[in-house]
Amino acid sequence: MPGMSALDAVLAAQSVVETLGGGSQPDRVEARQMQALSLGVHIPIVCFGIAFPAMILFVEGLYLRTGDPAYKALAKRWSKVALVLFAVGVVTGTILSFEFGLLWPEFMASFGEVFGVAFGLEGISFFVEAIFIAIYVYGWDRLPRRTHFLAGVPIVISGFTGTFFVLSVNSWMNNPQGFDVVDGQVTDPRPWEAMFNPNLWHEVVHMYLAGYIVAGFIVAGIYAYAHLKGRRDKYHRTGLVVALSFAALAAPVQVIVGDWAGRQVGKTQPVKLAAFEGLTKTQKSAPFTLGGLYDEKTGEVEYGIEIPWLLSLLSEHNPTAEVTGLDSVRPEDRPPVNIVRIAFQTMIAIGTGLALLGFIFFLTWLRKRRLPRTRVFYLAVMAAGPAAFVAMISGWIATEVGRQPWIVYNVMRTEQAVTNADGLEVGYAVLVAVYVALAVAVVWLLRRLTAAPPHTEVSQAELPRTKVAH
Amino acid sequence: MAEICLAFVMLGVTAYAIFGGADFGAGFWDLTAGTAEGGGRLRGMIQRSMAPVWEANHVWLIFVLVIVWTAFPVAFGSIFSTLSIPLFVAAIGIIFRGAAFALRGQAGTIREAKVLGGLFALSSVLIPLFFGAAAGGIASGRVEVGNAAGDPITSWVNPTSALIGVLAVVTGAHVAAVYLAGDSVRAGVPDMVQAFRRRALGSGVIAGLVALGGLAVVRSDAPDLFDGLTSGAGLAAVIASGLGGAATLALVFAGRYGLARVSAGVAVGAICLGWVFAQDPYFLPGELTLDQAAASDASLTALVFAVGVGMIILIPSLWYLYRLVLKGELDQEFEPLDQRFRPQSAGGQPPAGAGQ
Repeated sequence: MPGMSALDAVLAAQSVVETLGGGSQPDRVEARQMQALSLGVHIPIVCFGIAFPAMILFVEGLYLRTGDPAYKALAKRWSKVALVLFAVGVVTGTILSFEFGLLWPEFMASFGEVFGVAFGLEGISFFVEAIFIAIYVYGWDRLPRRTHFLAGVPIVISGFTGTFFVLSVNSWMNNPQGFDVVDGQVTDPRPWEAMFNPNLWHEVVHMYLAGYIVAGFIVAGIYAYAHLKGRRDKYHRTGLVVALSFAALAAPVQVIVGDWAGRQVGKTQPVKLAAFEGLTKTQKSAPFTLGGLYDEKTGEVEYGIEIPWLLSLLSEHNPTAEVTGLDSVRPEDRPPVNIVRIAFQTMIAIGTGLALLGFIFFLTWLRKRRLPRTRVFYLAVMAAGPAAFVAMISGWIATEVGRQPWIVYNVMRTEQAVTNADGLEVGYAVLVAVYVALAVAVVWLLRRLTAAPPHTEVSQAELPRTKVAH
Repeated sequence: MAEICLAFVMLGVTAYAIFGGADFGAGFWDLTAGTAEGGGRLRGMIQRSMAPVWEANHVWLIFVLVIVWTAFPVAFGSIFSTLSIPLFVAAIGIIFRGAAFALRGQAGTIREAKVLGGLFALSSVLIPLFFGAAAGGIASGRVEVGNAAGDPITSWVNPTSALIGVLAVVTGAHVAAVYLAGDSVRAGVPDMVQAFRRRALGSGVIAGLVALGGLAVVRSDAPDLFDGLTSGAGLAAVIASGLGGAATLALVFAGRYGLARVSAGVAVGAICLGWVFAQDPYFLPGELTLDQAAASDASLTALVFAVGVGMIILIPSLWYLYRLVLKGELDQEFEPLDQRFRPQSAGGQPPAGAGQ
């Protein structure tokens, strides 16, 4: 709710009454962890949903232009992987939507009408994605070439719109607006205002790029391994160059977007920014502290390296600007600083490294028109995939744990939203077991999928192009 | 506006009951197909039919959820907190069903295929059973407004829930057999046409008997629901469903599978509609009328507009997918599921995800 002072917001929050009349219960930690686990499984898969179709279409485009079967084999192989990951995304995404109701019924009952329209549009995007990914993957060698290529375009578009609408809801939770609170009741919902809240834009761009970085580096890492193993034919080289190019283009841009995101958070969620930095007191010319651990008792960061003025410079682009500290709100309204801060700094550190790696790749390409030759570069690319994954998850931890103790920032506390149903610990245990099994199965499947030699993707008639005869 | 949103919900529920239900029904036939060798042909046909469409069919469920939590948020919170057990079990089932089905296509040995197939098939039966039980809890007025206000057990362990759960499994199996018989005709595999024809007829008769016998259960367990189903629009829908079912049996008997697809859909759709008529004006029977359940007008208008615009893209896309499927454009070669693992063809076969 824009224009509210922090105190007003707290007062308004105290007067929000749970719509379903249920109170808090002590085991909300399990509810939060179940949700976090499910998101942690779903989001990396979504990265492939965001980025993989564009990479596949790029390679298919090369095939259409050149007719080289190596491109076709690669695009076809990738599309099968994409389909499997999409299937996993479908089921893990379903779990998420169930959990909204199973874990957070009060949240849904109070605010479903405010943010729900975005999910309606996300549902449509998801539908379109499911339809065209089936047409695309099962349409290889069946649909006319151009039609087949065009059938891939809606997958890319709906991947973007789906991300957009989901992040609309998340950004709204972080910067809620488009409703009033009257006598504890949510009234006058204005769904479009909620959907296009000011946090939306940087979150969408930040996550969309993260999708390309994570998926790009993970795929590139697999081909970097193949490169070191001596598989350097056109098929493998294309796989490496395409995936790496997508990731390497996105990684440096992400640094700029990250700066934008950080400043936006400083405006709309100053306490979260203070937690990112472990800044206890509101102060001018605030320093940035690198590393170290935040001590809840003293409010100081121990063992960190302090760089004067940098935080003010980063958050306001002005070295003497005032930065809000954690002490601007009561202790019970602050997020757990160490988790948030460590996650945030991990993201920054890895993100910087990935941007550098991307930069090296492009510099070599521009100056020498070839791939780097050093072994360490390929090892770095192999490490970049898992690192990008860690950076992205860290970013989400910083965002979501940094939002605590609120489910709707400054309006509804997380413990107000949770279900009264028993047995959360049983559900949690089952879910952990299921996800472990799922992860093992998917890794096993992807290994099997990539084990078959590439030429099995194209018919024998296509391979020696001069010998095509019927 | 609330009525339009309810219509969206029912569109989604009906489509999920027909198409999603048919996919679960296919799992039922997979489960009962017998040994790996004996059931290999049935399973191959099921794998081939479901592969291109099951994900799109599944999205109807998501569609229903998002409309309900936006347009009827209090009902959504009440339903999910009271019926948390069956809905959680169904959700876990959904993970196993989808993942195991996708993975079975890549199985490398008959053992792997058996384990994955068993998981897929078993969860295909559990999901409609538990969804049906949850629906029964709603229809029989056992969900109270509030955060887990209804009984966590008897809200879904009761005669009506048992009935609707079983009915969901049986009708899914019936619709699946009708569709698979049609797909077998297109694939030119006569023995599979006969196999699914027999199953369609048998399951159709059983579904009819369960539905008729079920009326007695509903009458004693949920009299209000019974009254709604035996008078006015509810009765008309029940009769339409019965006629649709009878027509399906006749058409399957006559070998007219294309028309049977439609009439089977009518039979399932009509009973879903009958449920809505029967509990009119309630969204949660005895607790919350449609108007009480509805979100404010601004939200409903925005949702109707958003989904309406979305439909302009969605409907042609769905039409395109189903047209390609029914014309056989996305068909793979028919191959018995166990054939890949027979010694003479081991190794050389591409994985089942591949269009040859």
